[in-house]
Amino acid sequence: MSGILVLVEHRHGQVRPVSLEVLGAAVQAKEASGERLTVAVLGARPDAFTEALKLAGVDEILTVQTASDAFDPDTYEAVSRALIQDRSPSLVLLPHTIDTLGYAAPLAAKGNYGFTTDAFGLSRDGDAWLATRSGYGQKVNMEIEFPGRATVVVTLRPGSFKAPDAGGAAVLGSFAAPPVAERSTHIEFEEPAAGGDVDIAGADFILSVGRGIGEETHVEQFKELADAVGATLGCSRPIADSGWLPKAHQVGQSGKTAANCKVYIAMGISGSVQHMAGMKHVENIIAVNTDPEASIFTIAKYGIVGDIFEIGEELRNHF
Amino acid sequence: MKILVTIKQVASLDEDFELRDDGRDVEADFHVFDLNEWDHYALEEAMRLKEGAQDAGIEVVVATVGPDSADEELRKCLAKGADRAIRIWSDDLEGADPVGIARVLAALARKEAPDLIFAGVQASDHAYGATGMALAGLLDWPHAAVVAGLDYSPGSPCATVRRELEGGAYATVKVQTPAVLTLQLGINTPRYASLRGIKQAAARSIETLSPAELGVPAGETGAAGSLSRVRRVYVPELGRAQMIDGTPAEQAARLASLIKEFRGEA
Repeated sequence: MSGILVLVEHRHGQVRPVSLEVLGAAVQAKEASGERLTVAVLGARPDAFTEALKLAGVDEILTVQTASDAFDPDTYEAVSRALIQDRSPSLVLLPHTIDTLGYAAPLAAKGNYGFTTDAFGLSRDGDAWLATRSGYGQKVNMEIEFPGRATVVVTLRPGSFKAPDAGGAAVLGSFAAPPVAERSTHIEFEEPAAGGDVDIAGADFILSVGRGIGEETHVEQFKELADAVGATLGCSRPIADSGWLPKAHQVGQSGKTAANCKVYIAMGISGSVQHMAGMKHVENIIAVNTDPEASIFTIAKYGIVGDIFEIGEELRNHF
Repeated sequence: MKILVTIKQVASLDEDFELRDDGRDVEADFHVFDLNEWDHYALEEAMRLKEGAQDAGIEVVVATVGPDSADEELRKCLAKGADRAIRIWSDDLEGADPVGIARVLAALARKEAPDLIFAGVQASDHAYGATGMALAGLLDWPHAAVVAGLDYSPGSPCATVRRELEGGAYATVKVQTPAVLTLQLGINTPRYASLRGIKQAAARSIETLSPAELGVPAGETGAAGSLSRVRRVYVPELGRAQMIDGTPAEQAARLASLIKEFRGEA
């Protein structure tokens, strides 16, 4: 068993950036093991993606012609399994994304491959792979091993690895897709709802509220506070799910990324992986939370352990 | 018809906790148990279907793989209106990973023969996001992950699901049934149990089974049926914010000056 296999994802005709991060991890794994790195891309016109995959360290790019560019879990599973059977890789790397959630576990469970998810670290112990992931709401790290498994499938946490540099000398090839009995049909994509005057991605100063605000009636005072300090009002998932603020305010994996933010004030947000995915890159994060152990304090530059209502009221006096 | 809802008793940690002597987990004394947040939504979606189609006579069965303590979470589901509760356990399951758990649930699903299986997208403790979809794979059923909207008429050969993608996008997909769906937070608004429901649930019986009784071979139970093993657990070196101490007024004053400084006003 030798080789590293990566299946990339694409959406709207573009390779998803998170798949390039996975390639970065795969290049590191190649350096650690000396194994050959093969990248596979499937779709109705897979050739369109090969240029974006010619990156330093990639040995081989395989195109797999399938019925549609839209994600179908049965197709991705069948193609992955056929590739694993054909190439016998020791390691299969996938991004820990919504689409991969739909097929990686069935692939591994049926094929009895070693399997873990949401890893942010990969290492080598002799000729075995080890993965590192979080446990207990990020309070601990877990080092995962795969005794007796010749092939190991690992999904990688977005934002944990850097894409490789351009260049390289990958060989192009194609791989015949196995027959697939699709049991689901893609009907339509829905683009993110228009944000109106809320522009999380463009804002340079965001004040976000989370579960700590407690009740819907408290939203208004934080709206006023955000206005007073000149910030765009953001929120974490539970606030949008409850309908207390429109989804356009939501920061995080399923919401918006605070792409241009310079200052981010997190009030009553404990800091889930999904929320932090949308804001942990911000240079100046200030977190206010009653729980001194909240995860948000591990990525914030400044922290205040305190009551967000008291701090909010006091803050108003300065603006 | 029947809907099987698979749930998990999750553990969070006390503020100060210690690792087990073998270093592979946290000492159980420091666990604080609760029902996985996602499972409230999975149960609610089943209840919504049941109550929306009274004529269909939908039976909602909740099941979990866990020790005695997990009964508490099953009772929460009974209190909200689930018809039956099943708990499967044997000490061999102690070392099971998500796929090891899914093998047991698959054996249960073959016995119960539900029309739909709902699971949470992931559990709030370890967030593997794997058990529900592994279950679908082992059953070889159609499946969809991260479902944020469901349109299904009882008895229909397919369900229309709205999958939540990254960045606020969605994909609508038609899935053949029987199917396994993992449900996302926000798909509905979970109800609270009534006092009467809680009282009644306390007296209800919970069916208990062992993996062997479900026909799971010993060679596929627990660690033997798992695809991974925790080698060690450790507390990571984490960054720590510079803490602003003082009275709320002092803290807010410092926060205000930081804001002004960052914004180039001071």
